[in-house]
Amino acid sequence: MFGFFIQRIVQAAIVVVAMSILVFVGVYAIGNPIDVMIDPAATQEIRDNLIRQYGFDRPLYEQYFVFVGNVLQGDFGQSFIYRVPVLDLIFSRLPATFELALGAMLLASVVGIPLGIWAGYRPHAFSSKAIMTLSILGFSLPTFWVGLLLVMTFAVQLHWLPSGGRGPTSDLLGVPLSFLTPTGWSYLILPAFNLALFNMGLLIRLARAGTLEAMSSDYVRFARAQGLKESKVVGLHVLKNISIPIVTVFGLEFGSTLAFAVVTETIFNWPGVGKLIIDSIMVLDRPVMVAYLILVVLLFVIINLVVDLLYGVLDPRIRARRSA
Amino acid sequence: MSLVEDIQVETWRTRLGDFWREFAESKVALVALVVIVAIVFIAVFAPWISPQNPYDLARLDLFDSRLPPGTVGSGGYVHILGTDAAGRDLLSAIFYGLRISLLIGLMAGAFALVLGMSIGLVAAYKGGRVEAIIMRIVDLQLSMPAILLALVLTAMLGQGLWQLVTALVVAQYAYFARTIHGAASAERDKDYIEAAIATPLPAHIILLRHLLPNSLPPLIVVATVQVASAIALEATLSFLGLGLPLTEPSLGALIANGFQYLLSGRFWISVYPGVALVITIVSINLVGDQVRHVLNPRRGQ
Repeated sequence: MFGFFIQRIVQAAIVVVAMSILVFVGVYAIGNPIDVMIDPAATQEIRDNLIRQYGFDRPLYEQYFVFVGNVLQGDFGQSFIYRVPVLDLIFSRLPATFELALGAMLLASVVGIPLGIWAGYRPHAFSSKAIMTLSILGFSLPTFWVGLLLVMTFAVQLHWLPSGGRGPTSDLLGVPLSFLTPTGWSYLILPAFNLALFNMGLLIRLARAGTLEAMSSDYVRFARAQGLKESKVVGLHVLKNISIPIVTVFGLEFGSTLAFAVVTETIFNWPGVGKLIIDSIMVLDRPVMVAYLILVVLLFVIINLVVDLLYGVLDPRIRARRSA
Repeated sequence: MSLVEDIQVETWRTRLGDFWREFAESKVALVALVVIVAIVFIAVFAPWISPQNPYDLARLDLFDSRLPPGTVGSGGYVHILGTDAAGRDLLSAIFYGLRISLLIGLMAGAFALVLGMSIGLVAAYKGGRVEAIIMRIVDLQLSMPAILLALVLTAMLGQGLWQLVTALVVAQYAYFARTIHGAASAERDKDYIEAAIATPLPAHIILLRHLLPNSLPPLIVVATVQVASAIALEATLSFLGLGLPLTEPSLGALIANGFQYLLSGRFWISVYPGVALVITIVSINLVGDQVRHVLNPRRGQ
């Protein structure tokens, strides 16, 4: 297990370095940052001074090494627009995005898994067919379009919920959060549902496929023969055996959910990292873009690693195979 | 005409016929197919069947802006779906928007198919280290959400049709590469490929004439689904303001245009282009689903 661990970490490190080069070079190719930062009427002298100050006159590889040196000390540079350290900027927006993404994942699991198990338990029932249609819609309807319909229906027509923003937040250990108050929930629920739809569809399919397979297996037959109640059979044996694909999805999709938050945050004007990155792309705020992308790569690498480890915990067979 | 060719044509015909019969078993898929044909028809003939040319700025009248559906505008005809903020007839704008969305989806799908297919085939054929490196990169890319890649690429490449298509292709080729690699690796170990390698045939002939045709079926399904998702992705990017310039709006840009008016109750500007988008995507996915069902080798058992 230890050797496998080392191998995975080295691989992950290579990925991070390669991606950081790609991101840095890629973002470097966009536009001229000086134009974003200063008044077009500024003299050539001021321009040259600024170019030198930021090191834009030096070769690209040199800029990259300076950048990496700074990053290793926790310094991603300053935002061209907000004039504050990029990391502070991103971390100030992160709680909102994490809360939204976690809310979406939770909603997707709480709704998706039971529906999927039901659809697998009674595959020919009308309700199961309806559930499957729902999951197909969750897959194929574009997120932004559903978000639009949600705003139109619940905010504009019915006036039940606010159309956007995050509303008032209350602090928990110094982190501003929405889910502690009913008002906060009223702001959170629509965007969270919007973001949850895709994963809900995915979880329904996974849970259904897993349940279908488990129901025809020997251990379920024996559990029934033992006289176990149906609720016990499903709750204990079926649920346990479909937990692996579900944990995978939960882990792997969490990153995608954070990425898709870009769309949901734009529609609902949710003040998270996704909204920040879209705004930064629009005004070519390069340090923010580079920092965001590198953090996302880090996040994906870490998630992949954690899911791999969780596999080992949940399924002893995988553990055995690896240590062999 | 040799006898062999006759037989080949015959088997292809019966296979196509079988395929069609099995495809037609699903009424839903048939309806979806009809809808797709209608959409393609509209997209191709948009300039002749639209009440107005929505790109001709000289013909647009600001007095006509944001008219609700069914109003008669200054042009003297009924705006069946209303007009948008620039005074465009929405029905015409949707017809033209379908044209752009379909064009981008098909181009991105086709290029991603060719790129992914080449990479996946070469990886499966070469094996060893080349295969390991290529597929590692592909897997890595698959673990990243396509929307994020496309977002970054459009930001880097700037606005424009080709930039957008490039971004979509880079975001999507990996699905094709993974699919054909799976199919081709299984084929590669079979005897007929071994036999072909033993002959002095050049590698590209073996790849194109032997490996490719037999690895193709699963790719057809991926291709349909990917065209739909390219259309959705393009719409999402346009909605975020990173797609095509607004002078020639795709469906996504039309929806984005109407979004600000949604909050004041003028729903039609956003909703109708969205309905057109959703019908397109769902129809393509339904057809893709049925093709997958028919091609599934485990189905007959």
